Amino acid sequence: MSVKRDSLSLSFAVGVYGAAFGAASVAAHFSVLQTCAISLLTFSGASQFAAVGVVGAGGGALSAIATGALLGTRNGLYAVRMAPLLRVKGFKRVVAAQVTIDESTGVALAQNNEKDSRTGFWWTGFGVFIFWNIFTLLGALSAGLLKDPAAFGLDALVPAAFVGLVWPRLTNKKSYYLAIFAFLFALSLAPFVPAGVPIIATSLLAVFMGWRE
Amino acid sequence: MNIYWMTALGTSGACFLFKYLGHNIPESWLSHPRVQRINLLIPVALLSSLVAIQTFTDKTKIVVDHRMAGVSIAIAAFAAKLPFPVAVFGAAVASAIIYRLN
Repeated sequence: MSVKRDSLSLSFAVGVYGAAFGAASVAAHFSVLQTCAISLLTFSGASQFAAVGVVGAGGGALSAIATGALLGTRNGLYAVRMAPLLRVKGFKRVVAAQVTIDESTGVALAQNNEKDSRTGFWWTGFGVFIFWNIFTLLGALSAGLLKDPAAFGLDALVPAAFVGLVWPRLTNKKSYYLAIFAFLFALSLAPFVPAGVPIIATSLLAVFMGWRE
Repeated sequence: MNIYWMTALGTSGACFLFKYLGHNIPESWLSHPRVQRINLLIPVALLSSLVAIQTFTDKTKIVVDHRMAGVSIAIAAFAAKLPFPVAVFGAAVASAIIYRLN
């Protein structure tokens, strides 16, 4: 019982961020329909913020897709962990794949037995999906009413959200140094290459630093 | 198709592909420690560079403007372990105040 309660309260708390995405996406000149389509179909917060952020900063569709996709690779690794636990086929596997995200995997892995893990995965996955999409629509509609998004701080919303997304990942010295290097590397490239490219280029720093222990 | 729909559908397709592939390949394929390490570091690199680009650039020019005030507030708020919505909202308010003062 408490697994379901925990799943739902986490889902609501996470889903509320959807409003920030909705507002950020509209501020980057995506329509309300496109914004909602991204939340329904991409359904991975960091990838979504990144894709609209790259376009908002003047980058092309390919840079945006590549950045969003690179941030989405971790869901694939979560899926590898979840598959043997869920043991689903066909359409159910398609649904399971779509709701395989940070939160559903996190709740599943935090349980003590397989039954609770499955319950946690599905309830958190669906819970976040529902709230995330409702709040995306609300955020997009509210932001759409504003004539000058910068006057309401919406252009600072996206980088602030990225700070919040990277913060819990700074768990050791290596990640801390990488964050600083990536920050400086991206800025030093920015004046010389098309928008969007500096961001993708920093993934090479991650490969370089992760190569050895 | 315009850049916005291309981005929306392309990102969605790519993200779903990774999720679905993960449900269909054996766990042993990705259990190499190097893959695990790099996988943990890629989001750190991308998200940090996104903070930099989104705060300090306009197209391909380096600029320092009202957004820096907002992001500084966000960093302070996350360092103080405040909840995500509080930090992000605080950042928006700080940025808006500086923007309106200019």
